[in-house]
Amino acid sequence: MIWLGIETANAPLSIAVIRDGKVIAEIVQNIKLTHSAGAMPAIEEVLAKAGIKPGELDAIAVSEGPGSYTGVRIGVTLAKTLAWTLKKPLVGISSLKALAANAALYDGFICPVFDARRGNVYTAVYKGCELETIIEDYHDHIDGLLVRLQALEAPILFVGADVDVFWHKIVEVLGDYAQRTPFSNDLPRASETVRLATKVELPSVDAVHHFVPQYKRIAEAEANWLKEQKEKAHE
Amino acid sequence: MGEFMMENRIILAIESSCDETAAAIIRNGSEIVSNVVASQIESHKRFGGVVPEIASRHHVEQITVVIEEALAQANMKPDDLDAVAVTEGPGLVGALLIGINAAKAFAFANNLPIVGVHHIAGHIYANALVQPMEFPLLALVVSGGHTELVYMKEHGSFEVIGETRDDAAGEAYDKVARVLGLPYPGGPRIDKLAHEGEEAVSFPRVWLEEDSYDFSFSGLKSAVINYKHNMDQRGEEICPTAVAKGFQESVVEVLTAKTLRAAREYKVKQVIAAGGVAANKGLRTSLDTVFAEENIPFFVPPLKMCTDNAAMIGAAATPMFEAGIRGNLSMNGRPGMELKSWV
Repeated sequence: MIWLGIETANAPLSIAVIRDGKVIAEIVQNIKLTHSAGAMPAIEEVLAKAGIKPGELDAIAVSEGPGSYTGVRIGVTLAKTLAWTLKKPLVGISSLKALAANAALYDGFICPVFDARRGNVYTAVYKGCELETIIEDYHDHIDGLLVRLQALEAPILFVGADVDVFWHKIVEVLGDYAQRTPFSNDLPRASETVRLATKVELPSVDAVHHFVPQYKRIAEAEANWLKEQKEKAHE
Repeated sequence: MGEFMMENRIILAIESSCDETAAAIIRNGSEIVSNVVASQIESHKRFGGVVPEIASRHHVEQITVVIEEALAQANMKPDDLDAVAVTEGPGLVGALLIGINAAKAFAFANNLPIVGVHHIAGHIYANALVQPMEFPLLALVVSGGHTELVYMKEHGSFEVIGETRDDAAGEAYDKVARVLGLPYPGGPRIDKLAHEGEEAVSFPRVWLEEDSYDFSFSGLKSAVINYKHNMDQRGEEICPTAVAKGFQESVVEVLTAKTLRAAREYKVKQVIAAGGVAANKGLRTSLDTVFAEENIPFFVPPLKMCTDNAAMIGAAATPMFEAGIRGNLSMNGRPGMELKSWV
């Protein structure tokens, strides 16, 4: 069983080829290159290094969001198109859960964080090696998240390159409960996306057309429009 | 297109630069084998215009469905194709990226070359799907985002001899439609109203410098807004058909006169109109009339070839492909891409 893993949900890029539960080749990088320019060449490079032709792939796993809208869409578009034209199943994995998987040797609360700008985060809380969901993926202001985390009254391991943005505030609120992964665990790895994908039942090939990103947030224009409709209904 | 050595050249084309997700299969640059367009217009109507983030979300939902449909209608498999073409720019960057990344993934998986096409070159080449292009040629490109006069001395040679200095013609139509309280998209409704009107409100024509082929429509748009404002202040009702007719007459007269003067100066063998506003009946009729008198062949593609579609991208990609132009897997969206010659 040969998997291709694609991770472009935020600034870091990762592409991996996994054969029978073994990582054959993987790229993990966090450079200033847009995914639009960099992701497809990286897929070509990793497959070439692994000596795998596109047609030899058995399944594709993609980090489905949340994260940068454009970043998520690039990964999903590449994954959807490859899966559809190669007639292979496509599995979507939460980009937050895939990042949390970097800390899955930790037997406690794991909190992956993506910077969503203006003091906001995409985040979740998972627990232990099995990554049990404690708080589902969502969008929140960092202050709102910290209130929920305080209520857990236990140490929490933060993971992700964006944690630095909020670290001062996190320590201020959580004190000694705030823990941080080593920097070498901060970038998402497509091999983890694939590992999590191997645990779910493979969807049918026909489902690929309907695959959509998990933004965890409606578009701003739509939010404003819904608000207007509500106000109109009140009048 | 007799100058190309073409034997059954089949190109899959993808277009996603604005609010249409489209794919088409084109044979030899002139024959539409299939042409699929998923329009998002219904979704954007409630916002009164295209919202880029919403457009991008719809593109990612539709893209594989549209490509599959184009192949299915053509009764073709990836093996039957010679290349994949895609709109590289200009357009909404987030929207462009969906078509480009789908095209790259499809090309990679099926070991096909990829060709990045300029959206305006596509609009111009929509004409090649109707009748052969004769050079030298003059193209009037008018849409929601563009108003350009393009001189082509041969295939792949583009010289922009005039362009708008502010609003595109289609943009002015949409803004005036909003003033008249017409729903989005307003262009076709103004065209319809203009034809119902008998009286016309007189609005200025903006000619700019005597020898200029450039356009300016923001002053005309302001004149319409001021007219409405003055009438409102006097407590008088405006007559929408008269406003639409007056506005359209001003736009059409300037577009027609500049196109005619350019056609004479450049001694072209053919004049073509392209882009969404080329679907406008008033403009078509006016151009038809003056070029019939001038004895210069004038063509405008059928309506569905004027609005955004992928068939036109395939038509433009074919001579590019024959000229050896190739993109690669690092192709990126180019929202401000310039129209450059490839010969």
